[in-house]
Amino acid sequence: MIRFNEICKTYVMGDEVVHALDHANIHIKQGEFVSIIGPSGSGKSTLMNIMGCLDTASSGEYYLDGLPIEQYSEKDLARIRNKKIGFIFQNFNLITTMTAEENVELPLIYQGVKASERRARVKEALTLVDLYSRKDHTPNQMSGGQQQRVAIARAVAAKPSLFLADEPTGNLDSATGKQIMDIFKALNKQGNTIVLITHDDSVAAQAQRSIRISDGKVSDINIADNEFGRRGGAI
Amino acid sequence: MLIQSVKMALKSILSNKMRSFLTMLGVIIGVFSLVVLVSLVSGASGSITDTISELGTDQVDVYVDGVRGLPISLNELQTDIAGLESVALAAPYTYSPATVTTANESTRSIIEGTTPELAEIQGIKLEHGRFFMNPDVENNTNVVVISHEMAVDIVGRSDCVGEKIKINGRSFTIVGVIEKQSNQMMLLMMGSPYICYVPYTTLVRLMPGMSMSVTGFSLSAQSSLDDVEKEITEYLAKRFPGEEDNYEIYNESEISDQMGKVTGILSILLGGIAGISLLVGGIGIMNIMLVSVTERTREIGIRKAIGARPSVIMLQFLIEAIVLSLMGCLVGIGLSWFAMQVINVIGNVSFGLSLTVVAVAVFFSMAVGIIFGLYPAKKASSMKPIDALRFS
Repeated sequence: MIRFNEICKTYVMGDEVVHALDHANIHIKQGEFVSIIGPSGSGKSTLMNIMGCLDTASSGEYYLDGLPIEQYSEKDLARIRNKKIGFIFQNFNLITTMTAEENVELPLIYQGVKASERRARVKEALTLVDLYSRKDHTPNQMSGGQQQRVAIARAVAAKPSLFLADEPTGNLDSATGKQIMDIFKALNKQGNTIVLITHDDSVAAQAQRSIRISDGKVSDINIADNEFGRRGGAI
Repeated sequence: MLIQSVKMALKSILSNKMRSFLTMLGVIIGVFSLVVLVSLVSGASGSITDTISELGTDQVDVYVDGVRGLPISLNELQTDIAGLESVALAAPYTYSPATVTTANESTRSIIEGTTPELAEIQGIKLEHGRFFMNPDVENNTNVVVISHEMAVDIVGRSDCVGEKIKINGRSFTIVGVIEKQSNQMMLLMMGSPYICYVPYTTLVRLMPGMSMSVTGFSLSAQSSLDDVEKEITEYLAKRFPGEEDNYEIYNESEISDQMGKVTGILSILLGGIAGISLLVGGIGIMNIMLVSVTERTREIGIRKAIGARPSVIMLQFLIEAIVLSLMGCLVGIGLSWFAMQVINVIGNVSFGLSLTVVAVAVFFSMAVGIIFGLYPAKKASSMKPIDALRFS
């Protein structure tokens, strides 16, 4: 469902040309839980931006659910992000003036979902992350872990084809981080495709498959000794 | 989506009450000055127009006191001139100051000499009694019709029909009292509320040196005052050849036309000045919206990341600007209404809010919101989502 064909992304910084992504080839199947691992400055964020349709590649082809992404306008990309991608960011990126409920509802408003259905889906999503009781709280009334769970609920409510998580546990302590990872595993078990970007090997190891990126170059690695590996998950 | 955008706009405005209020203040002051000034002008011009029509805008006034030819006699006025095709009624008019006395009081007043037709031409309304009649003119009877104010001040009460007063020492019977003048503007224009009407012939006999020939008269029209003006101009040209400069013809409807033009210009002028302050208010809105867009860059980034199309972001900020401006407009209209009530009480007038200017104010505020909201909204909608998300 995700296919990168020779994707390149170059930035010009002053006189220097930076190759953030250098002929990257990636293929991720429906229902996979893939981690993308690399140190900072390796091109992870660029990869995530392109995969999340927030940015476009300098060259190469990107197919998401068979759609040739580089051929779409910003207006169409907004629709694709809205319907197909559920973002989970390191710094949560909730709108601070809105309550948990309103934050989760927002992508549904952009999808044009009816009010009654919106309410049901918001309730379902917030219940899944066990925060329905705090639906009227604003982000600054919640802990980091709770905020991240609201962000996950926001992604879940939109029913995307792809969950794209950028260092979701980066700002959380390890116990809370584990909680978040458990939610991702549960979502994956329900058949959702998850791409998790991290610099932390132990987090990356919890996925079925890891893709390593360094200096803009991508290499597929298998982590045989993880729980999916033992179960014989897809590689 | 529109309802959602309005809700979001209201939320954002309410979350920053002080700033929103200060932003609106420009529009509030603009709308307030626009509505109050234009309502005052249209109220004042309304009452001026009323006054003119009470004075008789439906008449043509002719002054022939300067002519050297054979003067117009009362008979000529009442037969030849009144008989002109376009003329409905003709009344002679002359006046002289005199001393009016009763047993207890004495005052100076203008005594106006005319015929019963004048009461009809000018629509004089009586509180008590009647206007004098044609036999009174024919027999130069000593009868007088006085104003309400005069009756109260000189006789002591308004219901004084049948009482006697003396004009320049001659005894006159009061046959009618004119209604109290309620129009402030009218009183101002007349200078004095004391009025005495006596038969034309009576005044001529009373005042030494006054001639029976007609020096001035008023005409009312069958249908059009312009026809009357045309016909009397032709008549006088024939009657006094070569003396065009010695008589004057005033078509009173022209006065109210001129008055209408003057107040129209005044409305536009004052409205224009007020419109400028509305414009300044609009610039205030743009300024704050630009600040708001910058402040909320991150929020815009989040919204875009989760799928808000550029047009949706644009609509959100545009509606916020329009709502700000319309709220300011409503407050401004409310304040104007309040101000007009206060002016009405203090000035003893009854000026209403001009509905036209209220509509104009709403329209302009909306336009100001759109025009000055467009640029900030465009700026917000054209942000790249990754740049907006990176902003902190």
